[in-house]
Amino acid sequence: MIPLANYLLLSTVLFGLGVIGVIISRNIITILMSVELMLNAANLALISFARWHGDPGAHVFVFIVFVVAAAEAAVGLSLVIAIFRRKNTVNVDDLNILKR
Amino acid sequence: MDLVVFWIAAGVAGAAAVNLIFQSKPINSVLSLVVVLFALAVIYLQLSAEFVAALQIIIYAGAIMVLFLFVVMLLNLQKDQFLSERRPTLRSFGVLLGGTLIIEISLIARTFAARGVHAGAPVVSDDFGGVRQVGHLLFDKYLLPFELTSILLLIAVAGALVLAGRRPGAGIKGKSE
Amino acid sequence: MLNTIWLIPLFPLLGYIINGLFGRRLTRYGVGVVGCLMVFLSFLFSLLAILFLRGGEYRLAVADWVVSGTFSVSFGILLDPLSAVMALTVTGVAFLIHVYSTGYMAHDEHFSRYFAYLNLFVFFMLVLVLADNFLLLYMGWEGVGLCSYLLIGFWFHKDSAANAGKKAFIVNRVGDFGFALGIMLIFWQFGSVNFPEVFAAAPQVLDFGGGMATAICLLLFLGAIGKSAQIPLHVWLPDAMEGPTPVSALIHAATMVTAGVYMVARCATLFTLSPIALTVVAIIGAATALFAATMATVQNDIKRVLAYSTISQLGYMFLACGVAAFSAAIFHLMTHAFFKALLFLGAGSVIHALHEEHDLRKMGGLRRYLPATFLTFTAATLAITGFPGLAGFVSKDEILWNSFASPVGGLGFWIVGVITAGLTAFYMFRLLFLAFYGRPRYAEETAARVQESPMSMTAPLIILGILSFVGGWIGWPKVLGGGNSFGHYLEPVFAKAKGFLPPGSHHGHSTEYLLMGLSVGIALVGFIWAFRWYIRRSPAREKLKERFGALYRLVLNKYYVDELYHAVIVSPIVGGSRWLWKYFDDLVIDGAVNGIGRLVRQVGQAGTRPQAGYFRGYAAVFSLGCVLLLGWIIYTLR
Repeated sequence: MIPLANYLLLSTVLFGLGVIGVIISRNIITILMSVELMLNAANLALISFARWHGDPGAHVFVFIVFVVAAAEAAVGLSLVIAIFRRKNTVNVDDLNILKR
Repeated sequence: MDLVVFWIAAGVAGAAAVNLIFQSKPINSVLSLVVVLFALAVIYLQLSAEFVAALQIIIYAGAIMVLFLFVVMLLNLQKDQFLSERRPTLRSFGVLLGGTLIIEISLIARTFAARGVHAGAPVVSDDFGGVRQVGHLLFDKYLLPFELTSILLLIAVAGALVLAGRRPGAGIKGKSE
Repeated sequence: MLNTIWLIPLFPLLGYIINGLFGRRLTRYGVGVVGCLMVFLSFLFSLLAILFLRGGEYRLAVADWVVSGTFSVSFGILLDPLSAVMALTVTGVAFLIHVYSTGYMAHDEHFSRYFAYLNLFVFFMLVLVLADNFLLLYMGWEGVGLCSYLLIGFWFHKDSAANAGKKAFIVNRVGDFGFALGIMLIFWQFGSVNFPEVFAAAPQVLDFGGGMATAICLLLFLGAIGKSAQIPLHVWLPDAMEGPTPVSALIHAATMVTAGVYMVARCATLFTLSPIALTVVAIIGAATALFAATMATVQNDIKRVLAYSTISQLGYMFLACGVAAFSAAIFHLMTHAFFKALLFLGAGSVIHALHEEHDLRKMGGLRRYLPATFLTFTAATLAITGFPGLAGFVSKDEILWNSFASPVGGLGFWIVGVITAGLTAFYMFRLLFLAFYGRPRYAEETAARVQESPMSMTAPLIILGILSFVGGWIGWPKVLGGGNSFGHYLEPVFAKAKGFLPPGSHHGHSTEYLLMGLSVGIALVGFIWAFRWYIRRSPAREKLKERFGALYRLVLNKYYVDELYHAVIVSPIVGGSRWLWKYFDDLVIDGAVNGIGRLVRQVGQAGTRPQAGYFRGYAAVFSLGCVLLLGWIIYTLR
């Protein structure tokens, strides 16, 4: 039998990779995808725990997470498009109008 | 047998994730993410989450990733706009941070779920994770969140239209007119 | 009636408020009426008070001032012969001068401010004189100093006047510092600052001739030196002549400068407990009298002569105090108020008539054109030089006699006093002759406009003239057949103090006659000398001036005391201040304050740096925070 630990480890690793992606990427789209990666890692953890506790409620939770991910991706990408139209760049370092 | 499947899927997912981060062309990153999603779907199946696995493929890989793909194609980034972090110090710092995070979470998880983490899964009914069961929950116990998500989607649609909608006469800059 | 005496100082305060707040809206006539009326009411009440007092002592607590633990001080009045006499003199002379001012200041545009300040001065002076404790007296003391500053610098747009006001206030402050220390010592030793308690306990608390008694008295006397312009703090009084002439008459002749004498007389019990202090007082008084008289002989400004004369006469009063002849000092204070005020007002009349001419060398022959002024001025001159029978004769003679005959007096004091009397005669008659006799030395066009002053100015002159004549009669000495009612009236006040004096030797009447005759004789010599030089125009004057040119210049320049002070005290302080300003204030203090501002700005700017709009920075820090937090959780879970 596959211990729970394996799944949790995978989830953790994927999450950490997502964090790394957010920090070191200069492309906004890549950052968004890293965020999606983190969400997926969380989903994995949810499903694992659902299996071990026999509670399908977590599946509903995952469903909701899907919806949220979708909404966030949609809005985020439209923001990227809007920014790209203005500044012709996807480099997140160039988005610094707030800088003093 | 299960273990083999798990390790293959996990390995694929991990490798694809790493690839996602360190690719310079965004299109490659998108495709890597799709691979990750498929691998995860396999693992979900292994965890008796059939409904979710199906949804993962249909919604996530099938819709959201397509959206990403469309945007990447729309932006049509040229060579000089491919970006990834070049400076080694910042790169290693980020990696270090992520690595530390992984280690820490593992440690915590180990401490908390000390009991049963290394045990096998308990037996569950055949219905577990099936469409009927999850659907029942969605429309019964968790009806309100379900309805709220539809509103959330509505908001997202509106937002996306407003933000990215084409202005009359405006084009995408960057092309030599 | 006596329970209404608190009104005496209050009337002029009311006048100050009315004229100060509403003076501009009243007519000149209204302002003058208010000012004079208030002082007249004070005078009236003082007169009634002295009649009802009948020589006793009356104490009235008007309101509590400080009540703190065992220390309690009230706004209280002590009415005894001494304070009654002072109040009467102050209000009487002040009233006459107020009336005079309505004429003298008639063309001044700040008429109401003048009368407001003048009333305020009378208020403070009365507080000073009627106080029943040291603290209240000090309040009045400071208050008259303030008014003196305000009135000296009345025409403040003139630099010289503003500077003179400052000088007066600052020099006074030096003395006041000593005075304050003295009061603190008194409180420390006695636990109280109320006159009756302190003076009653004095013989028990202070050892006769002891260090504490001497210290207290010398410190108190320091205050008197400042306020009454004795050496070495006399330098402010001649400069104070920058103020309007009635101010000089009231404040710097008749009243404020006499506050020091009053204070010493009031503390007679303390001073007689310290022979050293008494001697110091006498020596300074005598020295000042002589010193100032010498300077008066060569001054060319009519008011300066009178200023030095005032310093000299004040010296006489302190000499009297120093030989424990306190009632003689107060007597001279009163008569001096009459004739010195008259002299100043007369000088004011002359100045007014000649359109602001102060220089004696440019006057002359005024007795034809200013008859009333001339006559009253002559009366005052005769009084101050001690013409037998007149006020000054009686009071000055009593001082001279006591300086010789008192148990703490001596021949030396008498000699100094007599020489001063001679010089006084000389410079006063010089003044009279230069101003009123001879041919006019002023320009023709001024001559056409010279006329006698209006009634508002001449009436007070006449009244003061009469007082200068008869004022001495209430103190007519026994040796000439009088009863010296004045001295007897004041006796109970000083009786206790006199008790501490060593027994004196008895001097016969013949000695007294001899000394009296000698002093009159010397005054006569002074008169003749002045006559020969200024009427007969003796060439000896020019020759003497040439022979002793250096000496003449020395005296003319006031012995260079001002220059000495400037070099030794003023310049170092100014220099030090400038240094402090440049190096301490600018660099250290401004630096610190600006530095704090700069620091805040820099911290703020440093604080904005994280918010560089650098998204990945935010993410990194965020993650770092999570890492740290988790690490801490692991640590605590271990």
